[in-house]
Amino acid sequence: MKFVNFINNIDKRWIYLLVALVVIIPFVFPVGCPMRITPPVQSMYNYIEDSIPENGVLLVGIDYDPSTMAELHPMAKALTYHAFYNNLRVLFVTMYPQGSGMGQDIIDKTLTQWNSANPENQKELGRDITLLAYVPGVSAVMLKMGENIPATFNEDAYGNKLENLPVMDGIKTYNNLNYMVELAGSSVVLSWLMYANGRYKMKMGIGTTAVSAAEYYSYLQSGQSNGLLGGLKGAAEYEKLITENHGYAGRKDASVGMDAQSSAHIFFILLIVLGNIVFFIKKYKEGK
Amino acid sequence: MFIRRTLPLLVAGFFGIATIIQFFVPHPASRTFYNMVLDWMIIVTAFTYLMAVQSTIELHTTKIKRKVEGWQYSLVVLISLGITAFIGILGGAFTPSTILMKLIPAFKPSSTSPLMYTYLYMQVPMQSTIFSLLAFYMASAAFRSFKARSFDATMLLVTAAIVTIGRVPLGEFIYKGFPEIIEWILKYPNMAAQRGILIGVELGMIATSLKIILGIERKYLGGGK
Repeated sequence: MKFVNFINNIDKRWIYLLVALVVIIPFVFPVGCPMRITPPVQSMYNYIEDSIPENGVLLVGIDYDPSTMAELHPMAKALTYHAFYNNLRVLFVTMYPQGSGMGQDIIDKTLTQWNSANPENQKELGRDITLLAYVPGVSAVMLKMGENIPATFNEDAYGNKLENLPVMDGIKTYNNLNYMVELAGSSVVLSWLMYANGRYKMKMGIGTTAVSAAEYYSYLQSGQSNGLLGGLKGAAEYEKLITENHGYAGRKDASVGMDAQSSAHIFFILLIVLGNIVFFIKKYKEGK
Repeated sequence: MFIRRTLPLLVAGFFGIATIIQFFVPHPASRTFYNMVLDWMIIVTAFTYLMAVQSTIELHTTKIKRKVEGWQYSLVVLISLGITAFIGILGGAFTPSTILMKLIPAFKPSSTSPLMYTYLYMQVPMQSTIFSLLAFYMASAAFRSFKARSFDATMLLVTAAIVTIGRVPLGEFIYKGFPEIIEWILKYPNMAAQRGILIGVELGMIATSLKIILGIERKYLGGGK
């Protein structure tokens, strides 16, 4: 009973310390558990790999902010790399003011890393990739994009007129885009599904936080989305696919975090089990 | 009274009905109207940001004036707002503005703007840190509150434990069949429940929209009980 009381009254700061340790230690001593690719991730990868012709356009929705960047930033990076490997053009779009900074960060990092690793196939801002200017209005912007994309934004986020950018050649509406992956940890995904996919038949995939992934299985089953990246693991699976198929050798942000996430999840389960054991012992003793 | 209540009701009713009719009429005039409405929506949304700034300034100024508890934080908010707006307007969003490059020759067209610096090196770490703290609170809460007190709670607990463990590679390492079990849980019981909830939410949205268009729902006008 002494042990039960000790566990029951444990100071939460000890739990905080243990959480910190189970997250930090795997970064220092990585294990690298094997990982299988789940069907929704494979499906998105296959579509980008096989169904988009060279010089096709991938639209990536950067609708997240720094609070969820740990899970969604690696997805954006992996998708951009995949598009570069297949010589696709990449357009970033955001419905969040803070998403602009995230998109800018991804463009800066991927262009620098790609160009230093692939000197024979240089990518250029404005020719191969750009970030569309932030325009407020969410649903109105999504609907307007279905009518006229250049008229909706006029400029990219760097102040260049869209009509002067080679990356925008031949792009007028959703019909001229080959695929969209929406990265968000909020309900803005539903707006894209309703307006871009539902009204304008834009082919879509979703990348979302692990906690939100369960919400979007309905849209996978209905075919409104043909792929789903769920949380850090989804991003890690995608990194694994581009590594195996294209020899990606850059930093694998999501894969690096998988050991920490694994140990944290196991620790959570142990805490729940321990909490319940203590709960039942106490209940039994009190009943006596 | 007319300006504050009747006119907004008429505007909401007119645009609600007109947009529904437009959807079913593929005439060029209908499309022009639709595009015009979309432009108006974007412009109106842009103005709501000005209202948000005005409201933030007013709220925090009042707190400072009245010296309410924690008024010092309001001062930090206002100073941060002022500095961020200043460097954003003067310095440019992502690449340095022409004015900034003239004032400080060290800034080149290819360099990162001061606003982007504040975003990357202040806002990103602060916001990520705050969100990361959730893991600590969740661990503590899971230990203290996630108990199998009833049949429903036990079901939730067991499912959550399976999904939590199966969503990471270590789970797959422990038992190879975990990913299939997780996919089944997400694809069937989870999806059935989610779909039911979604249908309910969408029906509620349709009902509320109709009530607004017909002027039955007036809470958005404010001022009422």
